[in-house]
Amino acid sequence: MSDSEETEGSEGPVARRRVIGTPPPAPRLLGSTAVAEDGEAGQVSDETAGGEHSGGERPTSPPDEAHAKRMEKIVAACFIFAFIAGCGFIAAYVGLGVHTVDKTLRSNLALGTSLSVTFIALGLGALLWVRHLMPDVEVVEDRHELRSETKDREAFQEYFKEGASNSQFVKRPLVRRTLMLGTLPLIAAPLVLLRDMGPLPGTSLRHTVWSPGRRLLVYGTNQPITPAEFSGPGSAISIVPDGYQDDPDALTKASITLIKFRPGELDIPTTMNGSTLIATMNWTVDNIVAYSRICTHVGCPVGLYEQTTHHLLCPCHQSTFDASHGANVIFGPAARALPQLPMTVDAQGYLVAKSDYTQPVGPSFWERG
Amino acid sequence: MSWFNARRRRPVAGYTALLLGLVVVGLLYGAFSRTGGTAQASAPAASQSDINTGQGLFEANCSSCHGLDAQGTTQGPGLIGAGAAAVDFQMSTGRMPAKEVGAENESKPSQFTAQQIYQIADYIASLGGGPAIPDSQQVSTSGADTALGEQLFSANCAQCHGFAGAGGALTYGKDAPALTAATPTQIYEAMLTGPEAMPVFADGAVSPSAKRDIIAYIVDTRVEPNAGGFSLGRTGPVTEGLVIFLGGMGFLVLIAMWITAKRRDPRPTGME
Repeated sequence: MSDSEETEGSEGPVARRRVIGTPPPAPRLLGSTAVAEDGEAGQVSDETAGGEHSGGERPTSPPDEAHAKRMEKIVAACFIFAFIAGCGFIAAYVGLGVHTVDKTLRSNLALGTSLSVTFIALGLGALLWVRHLMPDVEVVEDRHELRSETKDREAFQEYFKEGASNSQFVKRPLVRRTLMLGTLPLIAAPLVLLRDMGPLPGTSLRHTVWSPGRRLLVYGTNQPITPAEFSGPGSAISIVPDGYQDDPDALTKASITLIKFRPGELDIPTTMNGSTLIATMNWTVDNIVAYSRICTHVGCPVGLYEQTTHHLLCPCHQSTFDASHGANVIFGPAARALPQLPMTVDAQGYLVAKSDYTQPVGPSFWERG
Repeated sequence: MSWFNARRRRPVAGYTALLLGLVVVGLLYGAFSRTGGTAQASAPAASQSDINTGQGLFEANCSSCHGLDAQGTTQGPGLIGAGAAAVDFQMSTGRMPAKEVGAENESKPSQFTAQQIYQIADYIASLGGGPAIPDSQQVSTSGADTALGEQLFSANCAQCHGFAGAGGALTYGKDAPALTAATPTQIYEAMLTGPEAMPVFADGAVSPSAKRDIIAYIVDTRVEPNAGGFSLGRTGPVTEGLVIFLGGMGFLVLIAMWITAKRRDPRPTGME
């Protein structure tokens, strides 16, 4: 504040341009400016912050009377225009019928137009009034003491005690206590309702419906698939578990992306999580690998597969998994590789699960460990 | 001019210039970018003379990258076993011959007639089989199950191409193209051969009838009523809503600033 004042002082009376939206220079129209002009410029902010001002120096009318007269007429014209448009609204409401689509359209147009013109004209008039006619003065109003007067506080205490005594609330404990008893169930009720947030998930987050021998079905057509049918290198397809193809709850965790690699492209290092095997080449069949489709970040379906780079992408937060190396995370917020489903073929040659996943699928949860 | 000079140093002038620049760039981009895709009939049966002509065309136009005998070079993959469908897809969409070595080959107006493309395709097919160009029967959508097509599309295609085939971005400058201009034959060929980063959807996993269902869904989305405007891949007129919201908010903020901005007071003459 004092900085800008000093700058202005050095420039003399030349008006400085102020950028729209920045606070104006220290108010000059307040009474204290007279003091500031006599003394150092730096004192201005201190003086004005105190809020002391004498009403005598406030200008009550704008300096340019001719301009004010002109603006007065324009403002009045706005208000008259608003009046006419407002009358038009009433006329349109009364005069235009609404019993067919065309009439309703016409009526809506007329009502909307006249009403918005009314409001715009009123607003414009008020705006011009404020900007061109009202004095441009900042007024500081002192804050009142929030605490009530001691006299009022004492009177209220008296009044309250008298009421309590007259109602016999203190005198008759039976009524008072049974009232409290009566409201007790209502207070306890919300706690009981919390029960419906259960049941507890138990171990359900750690398992999916995949079980030994369960066939992999192509989502949509629900066909089981053999390694020979899925032989095009670079193939990828969305897979659901046999028996649960129409069960959204099961699919939320059990959906799979099945990917076929060219010979030599697939290299899944044997990965352990503690004592649990979580990825290995032994779970692939003929360069076909099955990864959970559920992102380990927040559970979006990881469906975007680039066969040239072997990248699996999650569309939600761009977590990127390297499908050729055990779906390890190579980019993005996901914390863990996509779980790999152990896979083999059954007697008929169809792809089946060797077992459930050996680790929980999907995003982290509190007890996951 | 004096009107302009009086205003060009105002704070709003910079933003106005930026906005104008953005609009001009957007319009220019819209004018110069366009999508390819040509209609075509079924491929005729291959004859030895077609294969020979195709070989001549291949040697003249393709062999510099793919090798004189289509065995591949460091510049381009070998095409033995790539199949006629791959040739027809790449050349009819204008992706081949490639304009430059980049993240991926963009579609552009095809450089060759359908006849020439078939001849090159016949030549490539004669080298080592591969998926053939589907005939009009295979890509016909009459009687196809559009609902099943939608299921298959949303499970296997929508993550890249968008749920109504409007296309989308991939990694490292690649993108999944919009399917709005692709012919049923091109869609079928793309599923069969997996061009560029796209996975292969061979007949064993996605049967020919399922492919027809998917094509039926894609074609169907084109004639679905569209609310218009910049619909963000059939999301609806969200774009306009966003622009109105953001632009409108900005406008209201400017109005609010203008309302509260103080008129410059006539400076007291006796000051300092």
